Amino acid sequence: MTKPRRPTLAVWKFASCDGCQLTLLDCEEELLAVAGAVEIARFLEATRAVRPGPYDISLVEGSITTAADRDRIQAVRRESGLLVAIGACAAGGGIQALRNRASLAELTAAVYARPDYLDTLAESTPIAEHVPVDYELRGCPIAKGQLLEVITALLAGRQPVLPPHSVCHDCKLAGQVCVMVAQGIPCLGPLTQAGCGALCPGFQRGCYGCFGPMEQPNRPALDHWLRALGVGTAAAGRLDGRFDPRLQALAEDTGD
Amino acid sequence: MTSRTIEVDELSRVEGEGALRLIIRDGAVATAELRIIEPPRLFEGLLRGRAYTEAPDITARICGICPAAYQMSAVHAIEAALGIEVDGPLRALRRLLYCGEWIESHALHIYLLHAPDFLGYDGAIDMAQAHPAAVRRGLLLKQVGNALMTLIGGREIHPVNVRVGGFYRVPTRAELTPIAERLQWAREAAWETVNWVAGFEFPELARDYTLVALRHPDEYPMNAGRIASNRGLDCAVADFEQQIEEQHEARSTALHARLVGPAAAGLPAAGAYLTGPLARYHLNRAQLSPLALEAAQAAGLGATCDNPFRSILVRAVEILYACDEALAIITDYEPPPAPALLALPRAGTGHGATEAPRGLLYHRYDLNADGSIRAARIIPPTSQNQASIEGDLREFAGHWLGLPDAGLQQQCERAVRNHDPCISCATHFLRLTVEHG
Repeated sequence: MTKPRRPTLAVWKFASCDGCQLTLLDCEEELLAVAGAVEIARFLEATRAVRPGPYDISLVEGSITTAADRDRIQAVRRESGLLVAIGACAAGGGIQALRNRASLAELTAAVYARPDYLDTLAESTPIAEHVPVDYELRGCPIAKGQLLEVITALLAGRQPVLPPHSVCHDCKLAGQVCVMVAQGIPCLGPLTQAGCGALCPGFQRGCYGCFGPMEQPNRPALDHWLRALGVGTAAAGRLDGRFDPRLQALAEDTGD
Repeated sequence: MTSRTIEVDELSRVEGEGALRLIIRDGAVATAELRIIEPPRLFEGLLRGRAYTEAPDITARICGICPAAYQMSAVHAIEAALGIEVDGPLRALRRLLYCGEWIESHALHIYLLHAPDFLGYDGAIDMAQAHPAAVRRGLLLKQVGNALMTLIGGREIHPVNVRVGGFYRVPTRAELTPIAERLQWAREAAWETVNWVAGFEFPELARDYTLVALRHPDEYPMNAGRIASNRGLDCAVADFEQQIEEQHEARSTALHARLVGPAAAGLPAAGAYLTGPLARYHLNRAQLSPLALEAAQAAGLGATCDNPFRSILVRAVEILYACDEALAIITDYEPPPAPALLALPRAGTGHGATEAPRGLLYHRYDLNADGSIRAARIIPPTSQNQASIEGDLREFAGHWLGLPDAGLQQQCERAVRNHDPCISCATHFLRLTVEHG
């Protein structure tokens, strides 16, 4: 009898910081177990051995910001059974999507002596704007537990359990005192999808939205609070979901 | 004329996406290039108009491997612009966070990225079959570094607890106790790491580098010091930009930093210089802890190390040092009266340079009176090291020309990995297109 074939896993990088794929290597205790359960067929950060596709599972990090990458993601999709967008860049466009609200010519001139050498698009866009995405993991960076949950679920042939509720909900469950109510610290927790373990309020700062918007956020209710706390003024600074532009869009809708 | 081209389209076991190209004509290396194939992310442009308080969170996103380095250089530069100086326990906590990043990043590089080259594996997961104890030790060591970053910073990738002026929340003494026990283990594991890598076989190759690092009279440098070289450079961080020039050449959109001005007079290789462990070690060896110094001696490291293949030894020594230093900081720690100094906005310019695991990371910010960022400049280690990495390829590849293409390619990849390039870091500047006549 032949041994059942292990599913193959490929990791791909687009415009990003490497942090989300590093999260896989940061699963120190579980890394070798994962490597035993799937065949790591393409993961350049970890190994120079690359096995040819197609791949059963592709983890895609980063956003699309160049014409070449716009073509490459099509090729990745064709080679992938299930495609999982990992992290705020792949799922939402990421920090580099701040360019979408600025003039590309001014931005490139700020960085490069010769912007005419660059191949770069005016907007940073999430993977799902280019190809169908099967699952998405939020976060800047993604949470280790959620990454392991997706891999485990896909191996078991079940749906991954990724809670759609807010950071605020998890913060209450953790028994933390609300930083906004008690201390007047602006916090995006009521709008932001859970997954981080309500990390920032635990460190006495407001959530800055790196997991992107939850399923049905109630932005007007929060805006009432944020306006009272002076958000948007130079003194209080901006709180516009810079790490996941889908929260930015919400902020702009209400003229924040 | 015979011509041979070696191309690696996608370098593996480095952070980010790079490629290399080597052209050999008539038995000599004609071209050696490390190419950066990541899309530009334009951070210096994106920072314009943002609040000074946002810089540590935004610049962390340049690199998932060394986010604390970005946060540290950012807060030091902005604090310089605001005219405040963080000292005492807050300064010590920053150093403690940095120790975590050195342990985590160096353990990643030694065990997962670099060691497979010496032992003949494609990656650490294959290597774990024959070397399970070593790979396990490496992963656990990396985990201790990450745990230290998580304790101080909230999480190991893109920590949330760093702010201009200090932290959002500082730990109690009791909260630091459990990590001290793990650091005791890590110290032993780091000693074993030095012994382990000292047993590797190293090619007998050396280079005449210009080495640039922070230098500090009292400590092995992480967050503070003057910028110094082995060839007479010795300047305040605020004067660094007068010493270097970033070139944007026609053949490349990569910005290569080179030393210029008086400090570069008579230097070899057109001002190419190297930052990172070899430079830190050469300029600050005397500041290592006694145990780290003993380990360096036992591993056969002298006053300087000019063989980049042996940089793995220096990284191992630096892990040991970071464990020692972290334990010393925890022993002496008394919580500060407040988690952060008051950091009120004002117009000004500030400079900051700190030692990322892979080399010197420089930031400059020009602030408006309301604290918004008017201009930012970031010079990451890999764009500074790129000219020296290409120099290694040019000088060393000649020794390997007798190898078949696959072997030559593998040696060239090793020569790049020696410097732990962080291509994601360098990327907000780089995209390279090469034309050959």
